[in-house]
Amino acid sequence: MSDPLAVRPAIRLNAGTQEKPVLFPRRKSRINGRSVAVLVFLAMAAAFYCVPLYVLVVTSFKTMEQIRQGAIFALPTEWTWEPWNFAWNEACSGITCEGLKVGFWNSVKILIPSLIASISLSAVTGYALALWNVRWAGTFLFILFMAAFVPFQIIMFPLIQLTVHMGIYGSLWAVAFIHTVMTMPIVTLIFRNYYKDIPDELIKAAMIDSGSFWRIFGEIILPMSANILIVVLIMQITHIWNDYLIGVTFGGPGGQPMTVNLANLVTVSTGTVSYNANMAAALLTAIPPLVIYFVLGKFFVQGISAGAIKG
Amino acid sequence: MPNVSFEHINKSYGNLAVLDGLNLDVEDSDFLVLLGPSGCGKTTLLNLLAGLVEVTSGRIMIGDRDVTELDPKDRGLAMVFQSYALYPTKTVRGNLRFGLAARKLDAAEIERRIAWASNLLQLDPLLGRKPAQLSGGQRQRVAIGRALVKHADVLLFDEPLSNLDAKLRTEMRLEIKKLHDELKPTIVYVTHDQIEAMTMATKIAVMNGGEIQQFGSPDEVYERPQNLFVAGFIGSPQMNLNPGVFSLSTGHPLAALRSGVQVDLSGYAFGHTPQEGEEIIVGFRPEHFSAPNGTVAEPAATFDLTVKIIERTGSDTILSLAYEDRLLAVRTEPDRASALHPGDTVSVAYPKNKLNVFAAGSGLRL
Repeated sequence: MSDPLAVRPAIRLNAGTQEKPVLFPRRKSRINGRSVAVLVFLAMAAAFYCVPLYVLVVTSFKTMEQIRQGAIFALPTEWTWEPWNFAWNEACSGITCEGLKVGFWNSVKILIPSLIASISLSAVTGYALALWNVRWAGTFLFILFMAAFVPFQIIMFPLIQLTVHMGIYGSLWAVAFIHTVMTMPIVTLIFRNYYKDIPDELIKAAMIDSGSFWRIFGEIILPMSANILIVVLIMQITHIWNDYLIGVTFGGPGGQPMTVNLANLVTVSTGTVSYNANMAAALLTAIPPLVIYFVLGKFFVQGISAGAIKG
Repeated sequence: MPNVSFEHINKSYGNLAVLDGLNLDVEDSDFLVLLGPSGCGKTTLLNLLAGLVEVTSGRIMIGDRDVTELDPKDRGLAMVFQSYALYPTKTVRGNLRFGLAARKLDAAEIERRIAWASNLLQLDPLLGRKPAQLSGGQRQRVAIGRALVKHADVLLFDEPLSNLDAKLRTEMRLEIKKLHDELKPTIVYVTHDQIEAMTMATKIAVMNGGEIQQFGSPDEVYERPQNLFVAGFIGSPQMNLNPGVFSLSTGHPLAALRSGVQVDLSGYAFGHTPQEGEEIIVGFRPEHFSAPNGTVAEPAATFDLTVKIIERTGSDTILSLAYEDRLLAVRTEPDRASALHPGDTVSVAYPKNKLNVFAAGSGLRL
């Protein structure tokens, strides 16, 4: 389970860049024993991540003949897209040999409904909890807070029974449903905390002007939520896309997301191991969340609500 | 335009009673200013009227409607906030329209009202802009426009000018006053700024500690403060309040101040006459003193004091004179004070008919 809080520092970093104090004049950096030790440590840490990634990328472009010669750090003598094509279209997972694309589209089909359901439900719940007088709001928040930290494994079995009773067990819908349910508490808390910071008088003005729960949400609050929507979107896409456990437990044979597909593909036990195709498959699975992160990261707009209060 | 009345309003948060059995009647087309220091309950009272806070007990009437249990939107009022509270993602036009669209008015009527308000407040060039692109004064005008387009019977203002600079504040004060003269809505206006209260209000309710200390026209409140709190709160510089002892021994009423100065109270219309020897407090407005070393027609008292501080404000000069262990503020004409220096001794007289006398014990006006 990717840590949802991992997204937070990105925002803080973003907000802080303008006000970061500049130390001037800067102290001259001297090379001494301590800085060398730090550099060596950092270089090792970087290598720890970069070397496997390098191997992953170059291997995916090599032919099997070259791989069999060893020398895993060598660049491909002949660059080939064939492993990527094989992984996407032909690789076998279990008894079907249609490649990773099946899993990819399954993941998309899981992602879209669970994104829509979890974000819309959480945004409305967070809005109600933050800005309206909800009876038992405090208790409800406490329960949400507790629920956000219940490990999935503990309630896995009851959830299976629940989805069986609902008649969706073993389908994409079960996976999407469980994702929605499991991420609701934390996403609701995030929305609630964001909406809590909306100036009090703005809500009072809206109450006097309209007083309608949905109209205020749709016309005033939602347009102010772009920031948090992007944050939650990135968080949810990464989390749902990278999930393995929920997919393998609730998806059944017909509803396997890409991660499950990938796992089956690389653990195939017959024939030779196609390292190059496996590497390509792993990269293919990792690419979508990265793309989302780079595309949406641009839209981390600051100060959407600037001008609401005095300037 | 309806009148507004608060009947036996109680409001408490847990055990803390903010308002206790408060009664207040605002008449038709009145411009009522709720004036008081921070935490006196004036904003709470306004929020109760707006329906943003629920009363603990009591009844609020607007016209002949009991609005105590109604939602804010059904009370037929509009409000202008201290922070303006403009919807940041909407244009000025969108801000004006939001409250109207919620009322399901037809499009032509909405356009007509927006045009009317934008003409009245000179918002035409701003209609397409977002609040972030407006200056403070412009935002304030949009906030007022947003309240006006609703044609609400009662307009509420919650310290609307306190975020503006001094010059803009003076301008907006005039504009709001002009709007009231033209449109005659019933206005309830909360402020801690006594200049705003004095200049705009037709009625002032001075509040302190959740209670209304005095309710009356600006002149009444200024000329005849009902108690020591009001006397000290209204007026800048503050009224000089000097303790003394009441005496009738010489045949006419006088106050022997602690400093030894005798104040002739024969020109003061006592509501009820105090006992011989009763502790009283005599209030002197800084602006009623004679010019330095000048005199007045019927002096009640004359003070010979040393000048400590001279403050020039341009139109006035405020002299702070050493009086016992504190200062006595005296307002004077700048040219009269130009020859004075700290350390000089001056003599100032105070007229008989401008005195304020309070009982030291109860703090009430005598």
